[in-house]
This record gives sequence, C-alpha cells and structure tokens, in this order.
Amino acid sequence: MSAMGLAIQMAFVVAAALFIFGLKLLGSAATARRGNMLSAVGMLLAIVAALLDQGIVEYQWIVLGFVLGGAIGAVAARFVQMTSMPEMVALFNGFGGMASLLVGAAALATAGSTFTLVTIVLSILIGGLTFTGSLVAWGKLSETIGSGAVTFRGQQIVNSLIVAGIVVSAVMFCLQPESSQWLYLIIGLSLLFGVMAVIPIGGADMPVVISLLNSYSGLAACAAGFAINSNILIVAGALVGASGIILTQIMCKAMNRSLTNVLFSGFGSVSTVETTVEGEIKPISVEDAYYVLEAATNVAIIPGYGMAVAQAQHVVKELAELLEENGCEVNFGIHPVAGRMPGHMNVLLAEADVPYDQLLEMDDINPRMETVDVAIVIGANDVVNPAAREVESSPIYGMPVINVDKARTVFVLKRSMASGFAGIENPLFYKDNTRMLFGDAKESIAGLIREFS
Amino acid sequence: MELIFLVFILMLSIFLGFELINKVPATLHTPLMSGANAISGITVVGAISLAGTGQQDLSNWLGAAAVALATVNVVGGYMVTDRMLAMFKKRGSK
Repeated sequence: MSAMGLAIQMAFVVAAALFIFGLKLLGSAATARRGNMLSAVGMLLAIVAALLDQGIVEYQWIVLGFVLGGAIGAVAARFVQMTSMPEMVALFNGFGGMASLLVGAAALATAGSTFTLVTIVLSILIGGLTFTGSLVAWGKLSETIGSGAVTFRGQQIVNSLIVAGIVVSAVMFCLQPESSQWLYLIIGLSLLFGVMAVIPIGGADMPVVISLLNSYSGLAACAAGFAINSNILIVAGALVGASGIILTQIMCKAMNRSLTNVLFSGFGSVSTVETTVEGEIKPISVEDAYYVLEAATNVAIIPGYGMAVAQAQHVVKELAELLEENGCEVNFGIHPVAGRMPGHMNVLLAEADVPYDQLLEMDDINPRMETVDVAIVIGANDVVNPAAREVESSPIYGMPVINVDKARTVFVLKRSMASGFAGIENPLFYKDNTRMLFGDAKESIAGLIREFS
Repeated sequence: MELIFLVFILMLSIFLGFELINKVPATLHTPLMSGANAISGITVVGAISLAGTGQQDLSNWLGAAAVALATVNVVGGYMVTDRMLAMFKKRGSK
C-alpha cells in the first residue's frame, strides 16, 4: 500500500472513531449537539479521504452530485416543520437506500467472486425495499396517500411469491452474472416488495416502520460496503443498522406487540371489536375547565399525535407557563409511541421551548399519577386507553399505557367522538372523573389561556 | 482472509452499536434517528470512488446519482439534527 493509500485508510479509522464517539455523546441531551457535530466532522473527513483516492481522475460528476444533493438536503433541513419530521426522516431513509442500491449495481462492473455477487444482491435488495418502503411510509405520513392499512385477499400469497421470485433471481444472478435480466428482475422485485411490505401497516404503527427502515438504510450501506470492500461503509452501516433495530424493539415493546405482528397483521383495519362501555360522556366547557385548572396544584399534560396535527405545541407551552405562574406543578407525560416516530412529541415540545427535564417518560409519570389533580390529554387516545389494563378482549390489552384515569380529574381534548387510529373504543372517555373538552385542541387551549389572562 | 476480516469488523460494529444506542434516552430518539440517518449517508464514500473513474459508462452514472442521493442524506441529516438539538433546553437555561 502506498503512503497515500495508507493515509486514506487511517483517515477512515479516525472517521469511524468519530462516528462512535458522536453516537456516544448523543446519549445525553447536554452533550448531544456536540456529538452530532463530531459525527459530521467524521463524515467530512471520510469524504475528503475518499476524494484523495488515486483511482479518481474526474471530479465534475462528483461535484455536481455534491452541489445538487447538498442543496436539496440543506433546503429541506432548514425549512422542514418540526411536525413534519417523520415524513422527512422517512424520505431521507429512502434516499440512503437508493444510494446503496446504485452503489451495489455499479459495483457489478468490477465484481469478481461469488461472495461479492451475493453482497451486491443484498445491497440492491435491502436498498431497493428501503427506497420504495420509505416512499410509501412518506406518503402515509404526509397523507399524500391514505394512512390506513391496505389489505386485500391473498396478500400473504402475493408477498410469498415476490420473496420466492427474489430468491430465485438472486440465485440465477449469482450463477450467471453476465446476463443482466436477472439483475433487473432483482431490482424490480425489491422495489415492489418495499411497497407491498409497507402498505398493510396503518398510520399508528409508523414509529415501528420508520425505525425499521432506518435500520435497513444502515444495513444497505453495510452490504454495499462488502460489495466494494470498504471498511468504513461496513462500520458506519452496522452502527446505523443496530441503532434502528434497537429503536424498533423499543417501539414494539411500547405497543406490547411483536415485530411480526406489526409487519403482517394489518392492525388498523381489523380491530373493530365491539366492547360495551358503561357510563356516559360528560362534556365540559372551556370556562368550567378553567375553574378546575385554576384550583389545581399538580397538572400532567399527555400529548399525542393530535397535538402535532393541530400544531398546538406553542399554546400548550403557554398554558403550562400560566399554570406554573399560578403556583401549579406541571409535567408532561410522553408515551414512547405517541406521535408518528420515536421521540416525536419531545421534539415538538422542545421546539415550543419546553425544557426537556419537564418531559417525563411513561415509567416516571405513572407512579405519580395518583397525586395529579388534572391530567390533560391532548390528541392522544390509544396510549392512555385503560382498556389496555382492564379489558382482556381488547386488541391492545397488555400494552403499557399512561394511567391518566388514576388522576383526580382527566380532561380529554378531542375533536369529536371518533375512535383512535387503531379503531378501538376508549373506556377512558366514559369514566366518572373524565371530562371531554370537544373542539380543535389549539382553539380549546387558546380559550383556556384567555380565561387565565 | 480479507473476507473474514470484514465480517469480524461487521460483528464488532453491530455489538458496539447495540451498546451505544441502548443508553440513549427516549427524549432524544428523533435526533438519534436523523443523526443515524446522516451516518448512513456514508454510502457517499463508496459512490465517490465509482463516480470519478473517468469512464463514461453506466457505473459512472450510477455512481454520480448515488453521490447526489447520499449527499442529501448527509447534509440534510446533520443539519436537521443540529437544528433539533439546538432546541433542547434544560429548565432555567434560556
């Protein structure tokens, strides 16, 4: 290895160390920003090192790619609304997957051993399904296409056929790498499989899907790394792959469902189980709600996807401040799957300047619930559904939920009586200590703020 | 031998990834994800070597397209993560 070659390889080692250190610092809110910075420096180093490689004789296409990609990325990152973060992450996952597919396909020109061919197939397969899967996820999240689960008769059979087709064409491709039709078949089937894998998954299960696609985008990079013999791709790809898998596990656990169940059951469409709920709905006016809140000394706010839809995070923060000025303790209870991606609510509330130490995780807020005077549920439904504890026949039975019904009073801010994304009846709405504050969440809270001032 | 060496690296990196990410609190899950997304843009390194061969063939074009896509990931991912993390504040620190 030449001195230059060695220097380049050493730069990759340093870049990998920076990625690792960066991820480590991402483990705490105080150091996370520095961690991200370090990771970016590592990336810059890796890119510069790659540019110095002697095999590169022409720079115009690379520069064009940088300018084009950089501009799109920068504009998107600068202007995306915090409520749209899930869509953006989904889209970026897809781009990562597509890039790996292209690298895998391009590596074919220099491929030698069967092993390399296998890794090329893997990078195309994973990259391709990540790409179309992410596009479908993006479509569902942005409501460009319906966010419900799409299921049809014989779906499992069609999917099995696609998988079988992929396996057959992969084997044929490895045996006859010179005939390109097998390659095109693999690409086509992978893209199709991505679509088929994500359409049966409903909107409320999106946190799992995004985490999983995130993991795939890393694994695709990893496979591409094998295809072109690149250490740094393998290391970085594996780190991302592992991180996505852990997030996926956390999300599944928070819904008390296995990954297979999320991926194959079409949850959103089937679970219209009839449950008889006793009690009656008791609406409350903004004015009456104000009197209750005015007297409260301990309030817990539980946000859900509805808060994101109503863009209510800023008024929520304002209300929390007014309550605190009134001598009341205010905490936020965040369920791990509230919203459409892991940590969605935390980002929205951070945007509204709510300090992160005021955001409590489910396991921290539940033990305190009995001392809470008023629990305000904003646009959350399934994650506060007591049926998960009480009704054994409920589809979400066993799912860990935030026990708002144990608070002295519960306010549920809700547009109407339509059921949640999972289509499950919520007995919380009929409890004696529950009051429904109907209307747009943002307007209801703004009304409360007017009463306070 | 080269292959075994790469597989070793893969195995160690996966375990390392699990250890690192397990400690990330739920509050930071979104930035973690978009930050990890930026890292997965590392494909750009592989794409660069394919896009700069100077041969006007298919794999050159594929490489160039991959550079563009992976750069979206890298630039967009790091920038939006930074933007998010800048908003996370502790109580009392304004």
